Formats: sequence, C-alpha cells, structure tokens
Amino acid sequence: MSYRDKYETVIGLEVHVQLNTKTKVFCGCSNLFGAGPNTQVCPVCLGMPGVLPVLNKQALALSIKIALALGCDIQKNMKFDRKNYYYPDLPKNYQISQYDMPLAFKGCIDIELEDGSAKRIGVTRAHMEEDAGKLMHDTGGVYSLVDLNRTGTPLLEIVSEPDIRTPQEAHSYLTVLKQIIKYLGASDCNMEEGSLRCDANISVRLRGEKKLGTKVEIKNMNSFKAVKDALTHEEDRQMDLLEDGEKIMMETRLWDDKKGVTASMRAKEESHDYRYFPEPDLVPFEISHDLMEDIRLSLPELPDKKFERFMNVYKLDKKDIEVIILEREVADFYEDVVKGFNDAQNVANWVKGEVMMHMNERGVDIAGLKLAPADLASLVKMAKEGALSYLVAKEVLRECIDTGKKPESIVAEKGLRQVSDQGEIEKIVDQVIAANPKSVEDLKAGKENAISFLVGQVMKMSKGKANPRMANEILRSKLVG
Amino acid sequence: MDTLTSSGIKGFREWIKKANKSIGDFTGIFVDRAKDMDREIKGFIEIDKKSIVSRAEQNKCQTDGRLWGIPIGIKDNICIEGELTTCASRILQGFRPPYNATVIEKLTSNGAVLFARANMDEFAFGSSCETSCYGPTKNPHDLSRIPGGSSGGSVAIVASGQVAAALGSDTGGSIRQPASMCGVVGLKPTYGRVSRYGLIAFASSLDQIGPITRNVTDSAEMLEIIAGYDEKDSTSVNIEVPKYVNALKKDINGMTIGVPKEYFIDGIEKDVLENIQAAIKTLKSMGAKIVDVSLPHTKYAVSCYYIIAPAEASSNLARYDGVHYGYRSKNAADLVEMYTASRTEGFGQESKRRILLGTYSLSSGYYDAYYLKAQKVRTKISDDFKKVFSVCDCVVTPTSPTTAFKIGERMDDPLQMYLSDIFTISANMAGIPAISVPCGKDKKGLPVGIQFMAKPFAEETLFNVAYAFEQGV
Amino acid sequence: MKSERSNDNGAITEDVVRYVAKLSRLSFSDEDVAKYKKQIGEILGYITQLNEVDTADTQPTSHVLPSMKNVFREDLVKTSLSPDKALSNAPDKQGDFFRVPRVI
Repeated sequence: MSYRDKYETVIGLEVHVQLNTKTKVFCGCSNLFGAGPNTQVCPVCLGMPGVLPVLNKQALALSIKIALALGCDIQKNMKFDRKNYYYPDLPKNYQISQYDMPLAFKGCIDIELEDGSAKRIGVTRAHMEEDAGKLMHDTGGVYSLVDLNRTGTPLLEIVSEPDIRTPQEAHSYLTVLKQIIKYLGASDCNMEEGSLRCDANISVRLRGEKKLGTKVEIKNMNSFKAVKDALTHEEDRQMDLLEDGEKIMMETRLWDDKKGVTASMRAKEESHDYRYFPEPDLVPFEISHDLMEDIRLSLPELPDKKFERFMNVYKLDKKDIEVIILEREVADFYEDVVKGFNDAQNVANWVKGEVMMHMNERGVDIAGLKLAPADLASLVKMAKEGALSYLVAKEVLRECIDTGKKPESIVAEKGLRQVSDQGEIEKIVDQVIAANPKSVEDLKAGKENAISFLVGQVMKMSKGKANPRMANEILRSKLVG
Repeated sequence: MDTLTSSGIKGFREWIKKANKSIGDFTGIFVDRAKDMDREIKGFIEIDKKSIVSRAEQNKCQTDGRLWGIPIGIKDNICIEGELTTCASRILQGFRPPYNATVIEKLTSNGAVLFARANMDEFAFGSSCETSCYGPTKNPHDLSRIPGGSSGGSVAIVASGQVAAALGSDTGGSIRQPASMCGVVGLKPTYGRVSRYGLIAFASSLDQIGPITRNVTDSAEMLEIIAGYDEKDSTSVNIEVPKYVNALKKDINGMTIGVPKEYFIDGIEKDVLENIQAAIKTLKSMGAKIVDVSLPHTKYAVSCYYIIAPAEASSNLARYDGVHYGYRSKNAADLVEMYTASRTEGFGQESKRRILLGTYSLSSGYYDAYYLKAQKVRTKISDDFKKVFSVCDCVVTPTSPTTAFKIGERMDDPLQMYLSDIFTISANMAGIPAISVPCGKDKKGLPVGIQFMAKPFAEETLFNVAYAFEQGV
Repeated sequence: MKSERSNDNGAITEDVVRYVAKLSRLSFSDEDVAKYKKQIGEILGYITQLNEVDTADTQPTSHVLPSMKNVFREDLVKTSLSPDKALSNAPDKQGDFFRVPRVI
C-alpha cells in the first residue's frame, strides 16, 4: 500500500465557455476568432469614455440553454455587477460579471467512473461575464502588446462543487460538459482556440478528514489532457509535501505543459479586493417562466437520453453508442443512414469505422465530409447484399467523398459490381491455380493458410470484383474435392 | 448684436434671418463675438474657430432645421467625434472620441452649431467650476465669484449670451445650482429621459444631460430635441417624447404646489429665503394651491450622494490608466508604475479625493455599511417623493442655499462645498425631473434660483409652472 | 479589520488611505496622506448620520425607475472601428497593437 492511499484529493473546476453568438456580449462587434489585431473593436468594447453596454439577447438565451441542460435552477431576477481590477487587457479596468445574483445555480453533471459506475458532480453556479483581450509578451522583454478583439466576447463561467476526487474524474467532467455544450450548439468548446478554458482548485487531505485542505489554484492548462496531467502532478506534489510534514501554501500555480510541472505564480502584491457592486449601466433582468419554458422546449435530446434511446432502439454495443453519439451531428447522421438502410449494427460499423476515418484523415467534422446519409445507406446496402465486395465498397466511399458523386454512378461507371457469376469466377480460379502450383500443393496437403492466399489472388486478378465467398467455394471444390 | 445677449434661441434665430449671410460667415461672427466676450469669464476651455465653422458648413441639415445655425455650447464631458473632449482633466489630454454622443447627433441633425469645450469641474466633481485643470470660470454677474458647478462653463456662456443655449450634465445639481447662481434656466430631466451615450460618466445611476437656457421656452424646445429612447443606452426609457412647447402655459390655476419644510432650514441666506417666500406668494396669487409637505429623508441626501456617486465614479474613472487613450506618464518603468504615475499626475485633487472615498466605501468589508446602506436610504428618499406627489403636482424649493460665493472660498473645505448641493441632490437620488428658474437677486445683485421638482416624466408640469412663474414675475 | 480601518466616527487611518490609494492606482506623499485622512474622515463622520435611518425592511435602489428591466439588443453585427481609428488616441502603439510597459 502506497502512502498516497492515506490521502484524498478534492478538486473543483471553473470552466469558462465562450458563447457562439455572432456579436459580442455588450456591443455589435463580430465575435469571430482569428481576425487581425484590433479589427473587431468599437468604442464600447474599447471601454472609451461615455460608452454604454447593451446585453446581447442571444448570449442570454445560450447561457440559459446551457444552464438548463446542466439541470440548473435559473435565477428569476438576475443582475450584472462590476468586478474592479486593473489589467491592460481589460480596458475599463472592471469586468462586467455577475456576483451575488448569477444566472443559474445548483446543477449537476453525471460522469462514469473507471469501474463503470456513475457519479454526480454538482455545479455550484453559472454566471455570465465578458471576456478580456489578449496580451502578447514577446517583444524583447520591454513591452507587452494588447489586442482587444476578444474583449467583450460573451462567457459563461461554470463552477463545479468540490466533488471531483481524481484527475480522471476531472477529465470525464470536462468531456461530458463539452459534449453537452456542443450538443446545444452554444459553444465550439475548443481549448486550443480558448473557447473553453479551465482553471482548477485542488487540495488534499487525509482520508476521513472532514475539513478541506489548503487549496491551490491551477491555471494555464490548454487541453483536457493538460488538466489531467497538471492535477496528477499537483496531487503528487501536495501529498509529498504533507508526507514530509510541510504545509501547503494557498497560491496560484501555472501548469508548464512542456516541463510537466506546476510552478508558483509570483505572489500577488495585494489581496483581491474586487469591490463588486451592481452595474448601473445595465438594467436588471427578469427571466420569465415562459421564456425559460420556450428555451427548455428548444433543447435538443441530450447525450444521456440519446444513449438510452440508442440502447433501446438500435440495440448497439455500449462502446459503439459512445463513439457514435460523441457528437450530436454524427449521431444524427447515423440515424439518417439507418433510415435509408435499416441495419443498425452494420451502419454503426461503417460510421465508427470508415466514416470517422475519413473525418480524421481530412480533419473535418461530419458536415465537412459532405456525405449524404442516403448515399452511405445505399453503399452499406450494396455491400451487405453482396453487390459490392467490402473492399470495393470502401473504395467507392472514398471516391464518393472525394468527388461528391453518387455511389451507384461510381459503381456503374467503373463496372465495380461484384462478380457472382459461377462461370466467370471459375475462369479466374483456373488461371490462379495454374499460376500458383506451390500454394495448390500446400492446400492439397492440408495447409489451410493457402486458401486465403489463393482467394486473395482471385480478388486481385478480378480487381476486387469477384465474390470472395464464391471464389473460396470454387477453389475448395476444385482442389480439396 | 445686443439683442443676442438676452433673448436666447429666438434672438439668434431672428438675427440669422436678418443677417442674410452664409452659415459659415455668421458662425464666424458668433465665434469672434464669443471669444471676445469670454476673455475674462473663461466659460470655454478653448474656442476652435476653424473647427466650429467647418462643422457648421458641413452640416447637411436644411435651413428649416429647428436649431439651424444656432450656436449651442457643449460641456467638455459630452463626446463630439474628432473634437477634444477632456472633462477638464489632464488625464484625458488630447482625447478625441471616434464617436458622437447621442445628444450631439440629435443637435446636429436639427442644424445646431456646436460650440465645444465649455469649462467644468474636473469630471464634474465640484460645485464651483474651480477644479477644472484649465482654471476656474467666473460668474458673469461678478467676476470675483464662482459661476457654480459643475456645469459652470456652460452656464456662464449662456448667462453672458455668448451662445443661445448649452448642454450640461447634472449628477447632484451640476446644471441647476450654477443656473441658479448665474440667473439662467437649468433643467435636469427624469433619469432615462435623455440618452447618456457619449456623456463621460461620473455616477452612472445619477447622471443626466440637460439644457441650460435663457428662458423656459428654450428649455422646452431643447429637451424636445435631445430627449428620447436610445438603443445604445440600456437605461434610456422608451416613452414617447411629448411636445414640450405645448406645455408652456401661463395658467397654473388649480395646480397644487408642495412646500417641503425640510428645504427651509438654517443655513439658507436670508435674501435667498425671502426671494423664495415672495415667489411662493406670487405662485399662490396666480391661482396655485400651496400646501405644506414633508420629505423627511432630505437631510440624508447629501450623505447618500457622497457614498453612491464617488463609488460609481471610482469605478467609472478606473479606465483612465494611460493604456488606450489620454495621458500617460513617462516616469514609469513597469506597468503598475505606469498606471500609478499616469493617474497620480493626470487627476486633480478633488478627483483623487472622490476616487479614494468611493474606493473605500466599496472595499472589502465596507460595502454593506456604506454602499448598500446608501442605496437603501436612497429608496427612502424616493418613497418620500412618491408620497408627496400623490398630493401635489410639484414641489418648490430654493435651488441653492446661497448665491454665488467667492472664488477660492470653499476650496479647502470639501464638506462645506458638498453641502452647497443640499437642495439639488434629492432629485438625482429619486431620478425625478427638476428645473431651476431665476428668482430675483440678492442685495449684492447676485441671482437667486427657484427649483421645481415633479414626478418622473412630468417635465410638462415643470415647464408649465416654470413658464407661468417666469412670465408672471 | 474594521477597527483598524475606521471607528464609529468614520475616522480612518493613514494606512487605510494608503491601502485605498493602492487599490485605486494612486500614490501620495505622507503629507497628502495626512490631508486625505483628515478630509475623508470628516466626510465619513458626516455620513455616519445614515445609521439613524432604519432600513431593516428597505430594498436598495440600484435603478431608480422600476420599469427599467430586460433591455436587450439583437445579435446583429455592426461595423467595427478600423484599427487606425481604434488606436488613434493610443499613447503608444506598435503596428495595430496598443503597447504598454511589459506586464510581469
């Protein structure tokens, strides 16, 4: 038993999600990622004197959507507050956020543990705020450069309860959260582009201890894997310190992905005194029951419900379902294909196999493949019914995706239809037997491996069109009797 | 030119008609005249002739625009695209906003000629126009005295007839108190009546832009032009703008006017008190029903104000840090030093005092005792008015307890300075409209002002009573 | 902490003035600190009169008109400023970036 088993880790996550609106949260500047520096700014997001914020309706709608999907209670009377602190990426030197009356509270996310059991992680609250700009530090060490394009991008901050006990649970929490938000179409949740960001609070304590240990905040994690790695490193560090009889310092530490360690941020010169007060430039918001119900009704089927339905309707393997419903669009695609050819397992194999391979190969999502579900349905059908060999069907799919042509026309143009004509296959088999005397002898001598080599030769000679089952049968009847 | 000095918009309009000159030409004449008149008063920080004339010439508004060619003074805290707008503060040195305040769009589309940069207390922090980084403006009635503040420049240029009217801003009396001290009409509209977009914020929950005019008629005309819902201001109210000029009636027969006893206290100068009491008699003789009313929380208004306004200001002024615009100190090695040096060198004393006070009252552990408490007392002040306006149409009070005081007299005693807003602050706390109208002079020949307040969006009531009073005197 | 910062007369200490100055990104000479301590102390002393008012059952006013609520804008893109205009007032810039002394 390791000394680590004496300890228990307690983790809470703060996730910032950039909302998928067209414009910023308080002004009409575009919200697109990747534009040239300071091209998506106006007097409002530049924090110029005398300008005023007006709330983007869609930002609120998307926030409510996420909050409802996380099972949160929605605050009936919501207001915004100012959080005051100085930083050059925050042009007003206050951030419009929500303090004591956040949009939502008391939600939860269900994750699956390694042993297959389920665990519920509480969501303390979710509140709306504006994003800050970006600083660049790499100009010879004398200056920092400020780009305010990101300033004012709508954010929803989702704060978990300290219910997470392992780095793996943290990873699962993020995976499920991302899946839900992507299902809603509320955010891209792309950690590399910063549309999902995660800070973690972590402490360790002796097992059985009720009191929480001293918590450390970890920042600068740029992928889910980094979150898991940083937390793993940090729990080790804290346990080692405690084991050595040392104290944990309450501090913020930055994850260094290259070195694989967390390092203390320079101690802040002052304690945080954010001087929150109600934002006088925005009015309060009363979220009506009707509005909430409208949004609730507009929610798509969420992953957990979809999982259950796929189990019941398609009777697929658990692992297959997980892969297929990871993205809502793929799940929708799958269901459309099944509508065209009702063989759930066969279609599942194609989708999680060939289709996803093409997505990865091309680095696109399902929509980016431009593959019509009906086309895949007819292709799967042709393969299943023996009209195409599996190998040929794969090639047809590739061409279908490359050219956008219908599979039927590709098959017709190239004459790819599987040859199931006894006489024709016999002709090829005869040629193969004549050309491979050694393998023929082997087979006759009982070496079963030889049959697959010979079938392969038949397929090769027929350019994949020969029905392999028939080739096998004919070879056996001629050679084994 | 003499008629121009006293007759407001009408006088300028008639002069323009008679002159038969191009807008560029007569604007040039108005500018030269103002420069000449302003030499000692210093109501303007500067007068940029080239810019004023070229703006006038480029305005596409037709000659039938309601304010076509009329020179309107603009307080230095209302943004005009491309013009210096600095709140009379070094920290906004050189700042030229790339946008117009909504009121500026409205004035321009009605043909007004903008005379920018009327002097003011720095960031509107003051009651005497002495905290401007450009030096004080003087009262046209007595150059040794202050014009009142913070819109002292706007008021002085109207009182001396340099412009037909002006815009000011009023957070705790900054339009009404100087209007009273310089003998002109100053209106603070209902909170939300006029868009604040482009008004450089002092205290967002209290600020309103309003007109400063020679007479009540001009006040109504100006408000009609600048009022209205603005999608850029979440706190502007979507209520139709009435034809305010139709409210200019001499008849106040049957109107109930409340006299709140809390406004007639020790500390009011004797002449001021007598003038107001005589005015109340006049109103009564005109048929108004005068009733005694009580606004019991009035005495707490100044305390509330000096928590809420500096708190909001401390946050609103955080943006002046030398990063994106305005003054940046060269005496700094790192970022925090740059912030601190820029702000310390850029802000004047009164601004620093209010930033400190406001930051203190919001700081950790003090919010409930100060800011939250003040907001609750604010509710009590509003409730007082609600009760009073259920029994009367408007209330009448002095605008200021004193007439204009000497320059320098109160600069070292901030609390005494703050108490000079004691009668004007409540209207901002309650968000209600209030107007100050000239009410004779004291024995030194200094103007006295009388204030009328009404319920939210009852500006028509104010114009009615103020016009009747003005015409009846 | 409260006793260190102020007493019932609203008087505050010089340390508090320095703390608040730091929060506000302002710096003062010792002489100024003493002056502001006195002046702010007087103002706070005056303000303690608010304690006379019973506000136990009173809601705070942060918006003066109760009709003011639910003000939105539609999610429609408006023209942004050009970088030239956005940076036209910048005390220092590099290319299309605002430039500041390095953030440590």
